[in-house]
Amino acid sequence: MIRSWSTLGLATLAVIIGAGQAGGQAIAITGGTVFPVSGPRIESGTVLIRDGRIEAVGANVAIPADATRIDATGKWVTPGLIHAATNAGLGVRGLQGFGERAQTGDVSAAFNVRDAIDPHALDLSVARTGGITTGVLGPSGPFVNGHAVVANLAGETVEAMVVRSPAALVINLTAAAREAGGGSRAGATARLRLLFQDARTLAARRADWSRAQMQPLSAPAVQLEALLPALGGDLLVVFQADRDIDILNALALAEEFSLRVMIHGGAEAWKVAPRLAAAGVAVSLTPNTNIPSFDGLGARLDNATLLRQAGVEVIIAQNDSGGERNLRYGAGNAVRNGMSWDEAMQAVTLVPARVFGIADDYGSLEPNKIANLVIWSGDPFEFASAVERMFVRGREVSLRTRETELMERYRDR
Amino acid sequence: MARWTHIAWLTLLSAGCASAGSTGAGVSPPSPVTAAPATSHSFERPQYPSTYQRRSFPDVLIRNATIMTAAGSELLGTSILLAGGRVTAIGTNLVAPSGAMIIDGTGKFITPGLIDTHSHLGVYAAPGTPAESDGNELTNPVTAEVWAEHSVWPQDPQIPLAVAGGVTVMHVLPGSGNLIGGRSVTLRLLPARTVQELKFPGAPHGVKMACGENPKRVYASRGPSTRMGNMAGYRAAFIAAEAYRQRWDTWLATRRGDPPARDLRNETLAGVLRGEILVQNHCYRADEMAFMLDLAREFGFTIRSFHHAIEAYKIGDLLAAHGTAASVWADWGGFKMEAFDEILENAGIVHAAGARTIIHTDSPDGIQRMNQDAAKAMFAAQRAGLSVSRDDALRWITANAAWALGIDEWTGTLEVGKMADVVLWSGDPFSIYSKAEKVFAEGYLVFDRLDPSRQFMTDFNLGQTAPGVGR
Repeated sequence: MIRSWSTLGLATLAVIIGAGQAGGQAIAITGGTVFPVSGPRIESGTVLIRDGRIEAVGANVAIPADATRIDATGKWVTPGLIHAATNAGLGVRGLQGFGERAQTGDVSAAFNVRDAIDPHALDLSVARTGGITTGVLGPSGPFVNGHAVVANLAGETVEAMVVRSPAALVINLTAAAREAGGGSRAGATARLRLLFQDARTLAARRADWSRAQMQPLSAPAVQLEALLPALGGDLLVVFQADRDIDILNALALAEEFSLRVMIHGGAEAWKVAPRLAAAGVAVSLTPNTNIPSFDGLGARLDNATLLRQAGVEVIIAQNDSGGERNLRYGAGNAVRNGMSWDEAMQAVTLVPARVFGIADDYGSLEPNKIANLVIWSGDPFEFASAVERMFVRGREVSLRTRETELMERYRDR
Repeated sequence: MARWTHIAWLTLLSAGCASAGSTGAGVSPPSPVTAAPATSHSFERPQYPSTYQRRSFPDVLIRNATIMTAAGSELLGTSILLAGGRVTAIGTNLVAPSGAMIIDGTGKFITPGLIDTHSHLGVYAAPGTPAESDGNELTNPVTAEVWAEHSVWPQDPQIPLAVAGGVTVMHVLPGSGNLIGGRSVTLRLLPARTVQELKFPGAPHGVKMACGENPKRVYASRGPSTRMGNMAGYRAAFIAAEAYRQRWDTWLATRRGDPPARDLRNETLAGVLRGEILVQNHCYRADEMAFMLDLAREFGFTIRSFHHAIEAYKIGDLLAAHGTAASVWADWGGFKMEAFDEILENAGIVHAAGARTIIHTDSPDGIQRMNQDAAKAMFAAQRAGLSVSRDDALRWITANAAWALGIDEWTGTLEVGKMADVVLWSGDPFSIYSKAEKVFAEGYLVFDRLDPSRQFMTDFNLGQTAPGVGR
C-alpha cells in the first residue's frame, strides 16, 4: 500500500545539489524579470554568476559560451531574502524543550548562539522554501541576552554558513525586562547603565581588577568585556522594545553610550517615528502585530507604512505560526497595509543587509556581490507563487524538506 | 428550498426559546421539548438562552461583482440583493427595492461571511492578562460541566479585529488542557453587552475533547500521565454518562417520583450520547484520531470534527468513512512532538480523500486573515497536483465550517434564502493584497473599512491610545 518507505533516506536531504563551480564555470539565468532591489526592475534580464559571486546583471549581458544557462522566462528573480530575526538552525524546528536560544541568567552578554547552530536542522530547509537564504540568528531572554550572528541558511558546516559573528548584541527592554530591573522598567535601564559603566571601568582599570583592588562589579568580568564592542558603536545593539517609552529609553541609552542601535519589535514605533528618523535608527517589525496588550496598546497594522513615511528604515521580520518561511507574506501584508511593494522588498533584503553590516556582499543583485538569489514562479509576496530554484553562494540548494517526503508518501498512497 | 430553510429555522428557534433556550437541538439533559410546561425543576427552565436579535439595516444591492458562492460557482459580473437579513436574489439586472443601499461591486469579490470553528476569543481576551485567562478549567481532567460561554468577555478587543477580517461567526471552545474541557458555543461577532446577545440562535452546543500531549502534561502528577491514561479517562466519563442518561430516560418516560439529581458533567455527556451536542475534538496524531473514532463507536456517538488534526492527511479515508470533518491549520506546526509531521498539503490531501475539510485558526492573529490561510492551503495543494478548486477552498472557511457547527442550514454559502452573512472584498480574497471592505451580519453592516463610524470598538478600546480597527 505505502510505496515509498525507503525514500525517507538522508541522501535525499542533501543541502547543496548544484555542482561546485570549481574552475570558474558560469551560470546565466536568462529571460526573467529581475529585481536587483538596488535599482529598477529589468524585464527579460540576465544574472550571470561565477565563483559564487554575481558577475553581471542587466538586460544586455554577454553570456560566456561555457555558461550553464537557466531559462527564467516568465519568472521573477530576486536576491535571497534575509530574515532579520530567525530561529532557524537553532533547535529542532520549534519543538518545545529543544530550543538553543537562551542561556540561564538575565545578563548573558558573553553568550553567542553560534556554537548551537546545526547545519542540518530541519527548519533551515523549511525556511529556504520561503526564499530565505540568509538569517540573523539571535538569542532570546529577559534582559541582556547575548550575541546574534548572520548566517546563510545553507551549508555543510557552521563555518560555511556563518557570515558575521558576532553581528549584534541583543538587549530586551520590553515589559519582560521589568523583572531584571527589580520590578520596574526604570530598574532595568538603571541596571543597564551600571553594566555599561562597569564595562568601561573594567577596561580602564584592568590591572587594578587583576589585583582585586576594585569595588565589586555589577557582573562577572567576562560578561562586561562582552559589552565593550558595543560601547562606541563598533557592534550593533538590537534593543527589543514595543512601547513608545521603551523605544525612547533605548534612544537615550544610545546617545549616552554612543551605541549604534536598532529597535526590534517596535509595536508603538509609529508614535515616535520622527525621533527614530532623527536618530537614524532602524526598526524591525512584524507587520501583522495589532492585538493590544499593555506592552503595546498602540499596535497597528500600518506601523511600517507610517515609519517609512517619517523616513525610518524598516526591516520586516515576520515570525508567525507558519514559521520563518512566511517572511514573504509578512512583506505582502505590509504592502496590503500601505507600504510600497519596492520598499517591502527592500525591507527583507537590502535594509537588513545594511543594518547588519553585510551590504557589501548581500541584499541586492549587483556585480561582485555574493550570489544568493531566488527564482520565483511569480510575485514573491503572493500565495499563488512559490520558490522554483534557489542559489546560495552561487550553488543551487535543495528545496526538498522532510515535509515534502511526508506529503509524497501520503499523497501517493 | 429557501422557504423550507426559513421555516425550519423558525421552528427550531421557537422550540429553543420555549424550553431550554438558544441551544435548540442541543437541549439538555432530558429533552424539554417533550417535557411538561415549566415546573419548579431547574432543568425545565431556560438555560442561558440566546437574546440575539437581527439588527435592522436597509436592504442592500451590490452590483457587478464576482460572487463566490461556496456552493459550487464563481459568478462574474453578478449582483446580489440582501433584504430582511436574507440573501433574496443573485443574478444580473436585479432591481433595488426603494430605500436600498446600492454598492458598486465592480472589480470586487463577494463571499459568505467567514466562519472559524476554533477560536478562544473572549475566553483568552486581550490585553492578555492572567485576570482574563478564562479558557482552561484545569482543576480536573474531565470538566464537561463548564460552559465556555460563561467565560467569554464580550468586550474582548480582538472581536472587532476579527470582524475586519470578514469573520461573521466563530466557535469559542474551552482550552485543550483537559480530556473533556467543557461545552463550546457558536457566537456572532457584534458589539454586545452580554454573551447571550451573541449566541447564534439554534446552534447546538459543542463539547471540547482533547487528545495527546496537553492533558497528560497538565495532569502528569495525578493522572492521566500517558496516552493510555487519556483513553481510560474518556471511557470512564462516558460509562458514567451512559448510566446517567439511562436514569433520566427512565424517569422521563414515567415522570413518577422525584427526578434524578442533576449533574452538569453528565448532563453534557448525555447530550453527546443523544447526538444533541457536537463533539469537537482537539487531536493531532493519526493513530490517536483512530482511537477516538473507536471510542465514539464504543459509546454510540459521532465526532463532528477533529481540530488541529496535524496528521489528518494520513487517515483521510478513515475520516471520510466516519463522516468526521478535519479542522486544520494552513501552516502551523512543528512546535511540539505531536505537531512534528505538519505539512502544507494537509487540507488538500484530506479533501482529495473525500473528507470534509476545514481551515480553522485557534489564533487571534490568524482569525483576522482566514482567507489568506485558505489561499496558502489551496495553492500548496494545487502545486502538489491535488484537485482543489477555488470554491473548495472557500468552503474550507465557510460552508464546511458551518456544517461542523450544525448551522449550515442557515449560513455558510451565498444562496437565496440563506442569512445575509456577506463579505465584500477589495479584490480576490485569495490574493494577499485584498482586504475585507464591508462585512454584513444577517444583513447588518457591522464593518465598513471606508467608514470609521462603521468600525466598532469595544469598551476596552475607549480612551486608550489604540488606533482603531480599520488601520
